[in-house]
Amino acid sequence: MFGLEEQMSIEKLQVKATEIRRDIIAMLGEAGSGHPGGSLSAADIVTALYFSVLNIDHKNPRREDRDRFVLSKGHAAPLLYSALAERGYFPKDELMSLRKFGSRLQGHPKIGSPPGVEISSGSLGQGLSVANGMAMAGKLDGKDYRVYALLGDGEIEEGQIWEAAMTAAHYKLDNLCAILDFNGLQIDGPIVEVMNSNPIREKWTAFRWNTMEIDGHNFEEILRAFEEAKKIKGKPTIIIAHTIKGKGVSFMENVVDFHGKAPTKEQTRQALEELS
Amino acid sequence: MTEMIATRDAYGKTLVRLGEIDKDVVVLDADLSKSTKTHDFAKKFPERFFQMGISEQDMMGTAAGLATCGKIPFASTFAIFASGRAWEQIRNTICYSNLNVKIVATHAGISVGADGSSHQCIEDISLMRTIANMTVIVPCDAVETGKAVMTAAAMKGPVYIRLGRAKVPIILNEDEDFEIGKGKVLIDGSDATIIACGIMVEKALEAAQKLRVRGGTNCRVINISTIKPIDEQLIIKAARETRAIVTAEEHMSKGGLGSAVAEVIVENEPVPMRMIAIKDRFGESGDPGELFREFGLTEDDIIKAVEEVVKK
Repeated sequence: MFGLEEQMSIEKLQVKATEIRRDIIAMLGEAGSGHPGGSLSAADIVTALYFSVLNIDHKNPRREDRDRFVLSKGHAAPLLYSALAERGYFPKDELMSLRKFGSRLQGHPKIGSPPGVEISSGSLGQGLSVANGMAMAGKLDGKDYRVYALLGDGEIEEGQIWEAAMTAAHYKLDNLCAILDFNGLQIDGPIVEVMNSNPIREKWTAFRWNTMEIDGHNFEEILRAFEEAKKIKGKPTIIIAHTIKGKGVSFMENVVDFHGKAPTKEQTRQALEELS
Repeated sequence: MTEMIATRDAYGKTLVRLGEIDKDVVVLDADLSKSTKTHDFAKKFPERFFQMGISEQDMMGTAAGLATCGKIPFASTFAIFASGRAWEQIRNTICYSNLNVKIVATHAGISVGADGSSHQCIEDISLMRTIANMTVIVPCDAVETGKAVMTAAAMKGPVYIRLGRAKVPIILNEDEDFEIGKGKVLIDGSDATIIACGIMVEKALEAAQKLRVRGGTNCRVINISTIKPIDEQLIIKAARETRAIVTAEEHMSKGGLGSAVAEVIVENEPVPMRMIAIKDRFGESGDPGELFREFGLTEDDIIKAVEEVVKK
């Protein structure tokens, strides 16, 4: 373990997750566009990763033996930027430049911009393949770093996800852990109406993955799942995390429209108040 | 008789050499390793060869992931599947991230022959050269293929190398140097310039020889294996000195070598120009010789174009 001096307690993680949610709202309010719903739904998972699970070093972002995090659902970029800033990768002030001309914080993630962004993403369905490649390289080099990939539940409608799912199992990538942010909504509506991909867990099991199902807002369950995943040998793990889209902001929770709509000034104020 | 070697065979042999020299070289293939010739590498270095099955999009993404960890991935399949099926993965994951992935695509063009249009990629030069950060190379023979592959491995950033199925004659000497972004004058001349790539370089040379013998037209012939970044200076010089340009490629006229050359000429030294290329249609099954006649890609077609363009 390098980077964090001590792992955060669950109480501290909860506080950190709220700070990250505040960052997300403030950034999106300032930017005037972007994706709050899926950033908020995955906030607890990503907080757990960056403040408890990932072996990373903000002073040396490209350290060879670091764990890798791939944000395959790239539209949750504000979440990634906030986690990186909170973790010391770049100054928090810069968060307010999201989506603006000349900013390192592009609308969707761009590799190395800012440091800590492991791969460009935003076009859905591509990140799991990248994570596989990172995991294969780790095995080839005999390194013990782990690779994490956050997928959206709408995203898994992309065919490439299932190509990558086969590959990860075929190559027995037990150093890979995917997390599915299962919030049940996508841009055009509920997943079951847009494109019913159920049964999801059975699909991943059939693709020869180790599967777990957790409450994606319960830190005890999140941390336990990541620990258990480390012990599984010979196959990749996917943690299916049941989440609430827009989690933490009353008027955004389970509201489809907040997939890709930024809060107004008044909504920003109200949301920040709720998250204080 | 000139020795005939398919560029894909040269690729297979070079990969093995590369694998011996550089342990970071890894190879991915999408169930076509016997055809793309990555099979030789797979046999020699099984731990560094990744069989990806029939999933080109996943192959490109995986190659990208390997590249982020310092590997030099060579990803191979047929040109249509590499450049077509996986275009957006190449664009958004590999090139936008400027990753060190080398895509070596075989079975480009109508010289694929009997398999027919579904497998004859005539759009890849266009598809690949419109992506920022991408380097595009179309070697003309086995010698140039070997050098292009070695040079691509040594440079940082994404590269697309276009290879063929058919055996083609050796044109270049082994001792000639190869530099990405540099074209080569193979025959000097002052009446017109034929700029060609890939399998069409040999036909350009034959056309130039026939023209010289027949009517005293002295054609310059340029092999422009790097389509991007293209050798602008060499093209501008040829336009200025010979005042007439004919391009020749085994590709659609739209977006290919001819378009790339035209872009340079139009902005710098406009001169009459003709493109020998496939004109807005799909390929079909047949013997490569028959197809080249049907699609207007013979040395006689080049000769006709030169005569037209010189008259203008």
